[in-house]
This record gives sequence, C-alpha cells and structure tokens, in this order.
Amino acid sequence: MGLTLPEGGAGTEVSAMSPNWVTTRLDSLSNWARSNSLWSMPFGTACCAIEFMASAASRFDIARFGMERMSFSPRQADVLICAGRLPFKLAPVIRKIWDQMPQPKWSISMGACASSGGIFDTYTMVQGIDTIIPVDVYVPGCPPRPEGLIYGIRLLQKKIQGESFLDADLRQEHLLGPDGLFLPARKIDEVSEPFGNSVHQTRSA
Amino acid sequence: MAASPSVAALQARFADAILRHEVSCGDTIVYVTPARVHEILAWLRDDAGQLFDYLTDITAVEYRDMERPLEVVWQLRSLSRKADLRLKVELDTAAPLVIDSVFDLWKGADWLEREVFDMFGVSFTGHPDLRRILMWETYSEGFPLRKDFPLRGHFSRAEQTRQALNANPEANYSLEELSIAEAYSELPADMKERLNQGERGGVK
Repeated sequence: MGLTLPEGGAGTEVSAMSPNWVTTRLDSLSNWARSNSLWSMPFGTACCAIEFMASAASRFDIARFGMERMSFSPRQADVLICAGRLPFKLAPVIRKIWDQMPQPKWSISMGACASSGGIFDTYTMVQGIDTIIPVDVYVPGCPPRPEGLIYGIRLLQKKIQGESFLDADLRQEHLLGPDGLFLPARKIDEVSEPFGNSVHQTRSA
Repeated sequence: MAASPSVAALQARFADAILRHEVSCGDTIVYVTPARVHEILAWLRDDAGQLFDYLTDITAVEYRDMERPLEVVWQLRSLSRKADLRLKVELDTAAPLVIDSVFDLWKGADWLEREVFDMFGVSFTGHPDLRRILMWETYSEGFPLRKDFPLRGHFSRAEQTRQALNANPEANYSLEELSIAEAYSELPADMKERLNQGERGGVK
C-alpha cells in the first residue's frame, strides 16, 4: 500500500533501494505513514467490543494493518472506534475523549447502535454517535464480524490516503456550538426520527 | 401449593396490617399496609421463627391498568431456613409515593432503594442518600419506568442530547462522591442540600 519499489526492483537490498533516496509527494508520504500506523482508541460499550477484541486477537489480528497498539490514552490515539451503543450518560464522556485526541484524528462508528441507535429507540440512547462527534466510517452489523471492522478500517485507510495538506478543513476541530450541541437541533431531531420497527412505537406508548 | 407458614405467623402477630396473601408459581406473596411495613420487615428479620436475614431485592411494579396501584416489593430470603417470602405494599399513584426505608435493617437496601427511586419516583423516608443511581444526577425528564413515561422520553432528541452533552460527569462521580454515603453526616451543609435536591431534577 502506498510506496512501492520501482519495476524490476528485485535483487539485493542495496540495488533495490539504489539510489538511496526516493522522490514522492509529501501528501502521499504522510498519508502512507498515517494510514499504516493508526493507533486506535477503543471505546467499547457493548457486544461490538467483543468483536473488536476478536479483531485485535491472533485470528484476525488488525496489527497486520498497522493498528499494532491500542491507545488507551486518547492523547496518543489517531482513530476513535466506538464499539457499541452509546447512552446519553456516556455522551459527554465520548465527547471529552474526542476533544482530547490530537489532530490528525478519525473515528469509526462500529455497529448498528453506534451508527443509528439500533434497536434502542429509547429514552437512554443516543441515536447515532454522529450527533455527538464527527464520524468517518460507519460499520454496519449487529455486531459486525471482525472482517467487517477490518473492512471499515481499510476504507478509512483509503480515505486517509486521499487527504491533502492543502485542505485546511480536514484538520479543523468541530467543537460544540454555542447552543451546546455538535449538530443543529433540527438535524439531530431529523436523524433521530424513528425508522424500521420503532415507527410502531408511539411517543405515548 | 400451600402458602408459607410465615403468613399465619404474620397474621397472628400483626392481624389487620396483613391485608391478603396469594401463592404464585410457588412463591408466597403477602400484601401489607404501607404504614407498618418497616415494623413487619424488622420482625421478619429478627423473629426466631422467621430469620429472613437476607434482602434479595427491592423493586416496584406499575401495571398498565392505570386504576391499579403501584406496588413496592421486598423479596426476602432466610439463609438459615432456606425459605423465601415476598412482601408487597400498594401505593396510590395519585398521592405522593412515600414509604419507609429499610436501610437501617439491611445495608444492602441502599442502592436497591435508590434504584426504585430513580426508576419509579418512590421516596424512601429514612434513606441517608436518596438520589438517582442509574440515570445521571441532573436527569430531569422524570421516572422512566412509570407507565406515563413515553418510551423515548419527554424531551426531543435534540434537547436530550443538549442536556447530556452539558452534563459534567466528573462533578458527580468523583472519589469524594464514592465515599459520601458513609460520610453523609459529616458533609458540609451546602453539599447535603445539593444531594438532597439536585438529583430529583427541576422539571417533572
């Protein structure tokens, strides 16, 4: 992924790397480095976290994709993985963790509940973490299998490789607005509308 | 299946305070008057013939039929006699839901009563630290397990999100907070006042 040796580069190490310098665009170099050393901040709240652990364990081993190390400190993390449903009680917590992560940073919403509230269209549950923090990749599933998460991570890597230093908006912090919300209130209400089976639950039931 | 022998003993000891009893799935359920429930529970714990030394659970039930009263339930276990007993009182939901705390009988009642308070709004008089336990302290939508509480809550999603994001969890779950129950009597007056009122919320 990213940097490749020139055609016919096989041979001894010296001749393959000779001359001992490469030319590349700064963007692709930094994107290559960033996308292949994603340190994840695991925010596991439910069964998705079990699949996430399985992804990190030997059988699926996301270390193969440069996620060797779980960063349990947000200060050293690159990607926040919300694995599981997010109750309102945890909303300020994930918001604080997101704010503590230094740029560049990305986030993955893992599973149906983190992405949309899932089956929990109730008084306790945030209807999608994108009403709290920005999200780069949504991984569907209930819970997603490790392959699903790895696919999501690969998508994120692809996304990172398309980034550019010149795009100043990319590294902009999206803080809470003066109304104390991340999204406009109207938008939150709109994305939180009942769908699927939960349309049959009236607000008074 | 026959009712537990504790029923006859209760009737002999407390007469009118024992309203009725029934047997359901092998468990004996005794309905008692709210006013004397503490006295009855204390007797069940201490009487040599009863020895219900273990409080399994305190919970509450509200039925879909709005005419029916709300029930507060005490599930008791005698570890030495290997016997169970369930006590219930019926509270009229039109009146304030108030019942005696049994914290002085079983220390384990602390969090159980807080949970019933949090979810149903039943106030336990005599509880040293009655505040929300599952919902956050500033939660103000009401009591979620009451039948008049809509599944998605009273507020709009935006308002719920705004209140949640503006909560400060560190203020409520500090180390100091964790040891507050033991030290309640030594707390400064203003903190006692905050604990006594803040968690009930301002709206409902």
